[in-house]
Amino acid sequence: MSRIAYRFAQRRAEQRKTLVTYVTGGDPHPGATVPIMHRLVSAGADIIEVGMPFSDPMADGPVIQSACDRALENGTGLAGVLEMVRAFRRTDNDTPVVLMGYLNPIEQIGYQSFARDAAAAGVDGVLTVDLPPEEGNEFVAALTEHDLDPIWLIAPTTRMERVNAICDQARGFVYYVSLKGVTGAGTLDVDDVGSHVDTIREATQTPVGVGFGVRSGDDAARLGQVADAVVVGTAIVSRIAENVGDDAAIGDAIHAITDELRQGLDAPMVERTP
Amino acid sequence: MSNVIQAIEAPADFGEFPDPLGHFGPYGGRFVPELLMAPLEELASAYARFRADPEFQAELYADLQYYVGRPTPLYFARHWTEQVGGAQLYLKREDLDHTGAHKINNTMGQALLASRMGKRRIVAETGAGQHGVATAAVCARLGLECIVYMGAEDVRRQSVNVYRMRLMGATVVPVESGTRTLKDALNEAFRDWAANVDDTFYIIGTVAGPHPYPEMVRDFQAVIGRETREQCLEQHGRLPDALVACVGGGSNAIGMFHPFLGDTGVEIYGAEAGGEGVETERHAAPLSAGRPGVLHGNRTYLMENADGQIMPTHSVSAGLDYPGVGPEHAWLKDTGRVRYVAVDDDDALAAFHGLARLEGIIPALETAHGIAYAEKLAARMRPDQVIVINCSGRGDKDIDTVAEVEGMNL
Repeated sequence: MSRIAYRFAQRRAEQRKTLVTYVTGGDPHPGATVPIMHRLVSAGADIIEVGMPFSDPMADGPVIQSACDRALENGTGLAGVLEMVRAFRRTDNDTPVVLMGYLNPIEQIGYQSFARDAAAAGVDGVLTVDLPPEEGNEFVAALTEHDLDPIWLIAPTTRMERVNAICDQARGFVYYVSLKGVTGAGTLDVDDVGSHVDTIREATQTPVGVGFGVRSGDDAARLGQVADAVVVGTAIVSRIAENVGDDAAIGDAIHAITDELRQGLDAPMVERTP
Repeated sequence: MSNVIQAIEAPADFGEFPDPLGHFGPYGGRFVPELLMAPLEELASAYARFRADPEFQAELYADLQYYVGRPTPLYFARHWTEQVGGAQLYLKREDLDHTGAHKINNTMGQALLASRMGKRRIVAETGAGQHGVATAAVCARLGLECIVYMGAEDVRRQSVNVYRMRLMGATVVPVESGTRTLKDALNEAFRDWAANVDDTFYIIGTVAGPHPYPEMVRDFQAVIGRETREQCLEQHGRLPDALVACVGGGSNAIGMFHPFLGDTGVEIYGAEAGGEGVETERHAAPLSAGRPGVLHGNRTYLMENADGQIMPTHSVSAGLDYPGVGPEHAWLKDTGRVRYVAVDDDDALAAFHGLARLEGIIPALETAHGIAYAEKLAARMRPDQVIVINCSGRGDKDIDTVAEVEGMNL
């Protein structure tokens, strides 16, 4: 069982939902990321997504794009991110780590080398935002060979036929993008998300995570009622952006938001419609 | 995907490409976030339907004739030819299209398609502003809402075009992220489309982007090459010996080249923006000095660093200032059917002045790259040979830039 599957099984046994948090590797500087990852875990994050910085993150909003820019300006590339995961693994062998990013930096290393290096560094899953399954056979084969879970996105616009095809390839968890737009945009419609998640569950036993638009403990609580996991990125990255230059303040700020999200997720059921 | 660039055998019929998933050999495809897969599939099927619909084609043809001003002339540049010596130089006058460049052939087609699909809101991105102006014009003509994303740096360089767009009712949004040029405008336009896919149509201005854009834009621009072919046969009784066009994203070039790809006697050249020289890092010539990768929805040649990050580009011409190129060009390069060369800023500026003085035609700075290469090519050819250069746009928009380079303030 992969680390990701094991973590979901653990949480399910505890009747709790899984909290997935995102940070961009190397934001705001290379030395910051590993302490941030540990801080996320101690504040209650179950799975850490680490963004591989890219110069042109077209599926992300301004908050994540700025994080990528900070990381790139400070010299973090894909190799640097893998080094961060390796360093994180020295003291945390349990928390699953998912790399998230765009295809081009991976292509330049080569699929096989990337998969081998990522697995060796202790990565558990990989999500490439701009790689749909139609173009992904060779990449998925490389990931599978190295026991890495391919994480796929499903959108509100995804047809049922494609939901089935994507779910057939999905390992770890399926990531449902809860609203139309880019990361950090819009507001949540939990009932609508719930009906889409139900549809995905008909296609797969793989856990379903929901992301895009989760800003507060209350958002997490409401989404936690319909999904197996809640994915939070922009809300965390914006705490880093607000405290650039003060690593201690960054640590405190992300601890506070992660703790709030955790408490929201663990709170007793609240009414689904306000 | 291996990074080793191998020569690829040319297919028997270039016209049969792309394949159903949008591939030109190893290039092209559809590399987008999942959210955009459904609208791209919807667009591909709508385009396939209307491409085969005689009524749609007749409407488009009428608009190209009466609104755009087609067919454009094939003009023998006699004075320029005498000056250069060597092959006869002909200009395909896309600068005479309504709004001043070839861009409107495509925007007309896509805007009609959007109308047929019931999409009333149009987003577009623009570099030099020519595509933005062409989009604003057709949106005004068809009563569609128009939002144009433009890098803040390009807004500064092309203030006249910004004003033209606003006059025609478009909303121009300056993009402050990244390098504040065309690639960042593209990112923003994709984001807008992702957030508003239900009522919004994204009019891409070049032969790049995810399938079906490279194919669709090529088809709408291929009118240039078809006319050139007919006009050559009419005026000379034979095909030209060589074609030259400038290549940024590559839409004017593919439009001219495509109908000639099967004519093996016709040599074809694409002129990229060499900027301050391809040996410097200040250029915009991915085919001459880049390597394959994935950006903006397709696999193609890119300007990127060793880590796969997209490099900032430089060209005196805002319209060529893009780190990628259409995937069909990437394939034509590898198959050897088209030869791509880099022309640097200085040579383009000299050609800009030369054509203005010798023929009374002020070419766009993009076009001036093709003009400059054609001069070199002509000098190596015989006087009975014919070169057709795609005069893709007029240079009115660029006179401030040229004056600034020369230390003048207009």
